[in-house]
Amino acid sequence: MAEQPESAQLWQRLRQFTNARIGLGRVGDGLPTNAHLAFQQDHALARDAVHAQVDFAALASELQADFPHILRLKSAAVDRASYLKRPDLGRMLHADSRQQLERLESAPATIALVVADGLSAVAIERHAAPLLKLIKHQLSELGWSLAPLTLVEQGRVAIGDEIGELLRAELVVILIGERPGLSVADSLGIYLTYAPQRGRNDAERNCISNIHQQGLSYASASELLLYLLGQARQRRLTGVGLKDERHQLSQPTNPSLE
Amino acid sequence: MTSYQHTIRQNRYQFDSLKTLLAKATPERSGDDLAGLSAANAEERVAAQWCLADLPLTTFLNEVVVPYEEDEVTRLIIDSHDQLAFAPIRHLTVGGLREWLLDYRTDSQQLAAVAAGITPEMAAAVAKIMRNQDLIAVAKKCQVITRFRNTLGLVGRFSSRLQPNHPTDDPQGIAAAIFDGLLYGCGDAVIGINPATDSPQAMTSLLHLIDELRQRYAMPVQSCVLAHVTTALQVIERGAPVDLVFQSIAGTEAANRSFGIDLALLNEANQAARSLQRGTVGNNVMYFETGQGSALSANAHHGVDQQTCEARAYAVARAFEPLLVNTVVGFIGPEYLYDGKQITRAALEDHFCAKLLGLPMGCDACYTNHAEADQNDIDNLLVLLASAGCTYVMGVPGADDIMLNYQSTSYHDIRFVQTTLGLRPAPEFEAWLQQLGVVDQAGLLIANERHRLLQSAAQLGGL
Repeated sequence: MAEQPESAQLWQRLRQFTNARIGLGRVGDGLPTNAHLAFQQDHALARDAVHAQVDFAALASELQADFPHILRLKSAAVDRASYLKRPDLGRMLHADSRQQLERLESAPATIALVVADGLSAVAIERHAAPLLKLIKHQLSELGWSLAPLTLVEQGRVAIGDEIGELLRAELVVILIGERPGLSVADSLGIYLTYAPQRGRNDAERNCISNIHQQGLSYASASELLLYLLGQARQRRLTGVGLKDERHQLSQPTNPSLE
Repeated sequence: MTSYQHTIRQNRYQFDSLKTLLAKATPERSGDDLAGLSAANAEERVAAQWCLADLPLTTFLNEVVVPYEEDEVTRLIIDSHDQLAFAPIRHLTVGGLREWLLDYRTDSQQLAAVAAGITPEMAAAVAKIMRNQDLIAVAKKCQVITRFRNTLGLVGRFSSRLQPNHPTDDPQGIAAAIFDGLLYGCGDAVIGINPATDSPQAMTSLLHLIDELRQRYAMPVQSCVLAHVTTALQVIERGAPVDLVFQSIAGTEAANRSFGIDLALLNEANQAARSLQRGTVGNNVMYFETGQGSALSANAHHGVDQQTCEARAYAVARAFEPLLVNTVVGFIGPEYLYDGKQITRAALEDHFCAKLLGLPMGCDACYTNHAEADQNDIDNLLVLLASAGCTYVMGVPGADDIMLNYQSTSYHDIRFVQTTLGLRPAPEFEAWLQQLGVVDQAGLLIANERHRLLQSAAQLGGL
């Protein structure tokens, strides 16, 4: 493989200013083998994250101790291909799942927690259980009632609103795998909606994005979530009218989730 | 409204409007499926294509796909249609136009002469009955030349936008990526930054950053910060060094409104940037981006298929004599263009239609991680586009845009295609690269560990 030129050190130093793939070096006009395979590796991780299936059975058993009532649901998108091509199907429950929730006739609750695979199975497998346990712990301290925990296959963000409505929850909180980038394939997002119901739009939700090892920590994410939930209940809304006003730093957002 | 029909074996297919016919004749793509506009099966699609091929071009002047009264883009298309330019092809059908375009006798000059007589819908229609090779062959014959500080679109030239984006607009991170790109001979189309923050302050400081570099090295290039057109107007008023004004545009008035623009605003921006007279060899000052699916995603497509909507965006673009236009073909996601095959087809259609309509068309050949595509698809597309005479593509460090989170073409990719197909950057820029010792007379990169640009990069952050 190509020898390291003199300038390699310079580019190494310049990388403190940017994560962009600068100073990769070249062989002819092409990439050195290391840089080429590093890209292939990052893309492979992102692709696997999109196409992997969450082991929801394993997730359910891991969460059983903390969540006595767990329901497994499906969206109307029957597989990954239809999920990717038909965003509308991923936003609505499969008829069977909808019936399942209707038959439940559950008592009203303050919060309905939902987990959906979204675009990264890895994000859910890695972060959903520890984060949910932390959130559950903090919510119980407040004495807020919880609807059954729902785990949704092939779900998009808005499916949480239909679930929250059927579970008669004041607020729905959905944890979902975000679209993998080349640098991070396991980023998790949280969305919350006050008075969830079908047909709510993006402007009526709040988002806590970028939860992963190098991004927002579980503790910070859960702290922000609790703050937003408290404000949402007080002001009876979520969305553009509700902002993180704890300090002036704005939260990173990921508008490209869907 | 006329009804259109065609029979294959015993199956009679009927299409109740021009826009339905156009949609059903469109090669398969996920966005038209999502909109519920596609042909039900391959037979219906080809029936629509037969029917479309028999359609006289004059039909497009009598039946519009979006109502004239409701849409200023339709009004622009109809009101600016040039009957004189149209005369040589007036008698043709869509199928006849395809053959006329491919004919040896139809050369660059004739294509340029009829451009103002071709409406976006005519261009879209003929594209639908053309193979990929037809789209390449005809686009290659179209010559569109634009100028600001260099000359873009000449035969044998292939330019690039240097795209040094950074998720927090860090000036040193951006400058490092610019030096890197220049050392690969990229950036003659524009040094263009997508800002992380769309504010007058952010835009102004980034503009100064590029402008200082440009002047320090006497580079024959233009800069652009791709903020909203209204932000550009604000900073022009405050005296910022604006070379090009950028805006995303679409093919319907409603979709443009969702972008916060209309034709009057674009006209105002064009006049404002022209008045600065910053160009040295010409004064084309607008930079537009487009992409199939934008009208549908804004729910502003009026039941028109996404390729036809896209072609209508070129009517908007050509009203302002832009320096640069490019489709951002795979950015929007798999629900509009599902895989490498659909992305490739759309890129070739967009490039062809825009060139036919007289635009300096480039392409952001790109994909997201949830599309069924990879860098090999982009390599293939790059070779096809360069063969078709595409004006420019993107140069992103390592093809990985860390701000917009998608993959495009890299500095290396531009070098690859230039070397492989024997193409050169814009002449003024090439001369500058040779003078600075970046490339040799043959256009190959010169290895120089002590290059002036490298030494300048070493100064960043007081290192």
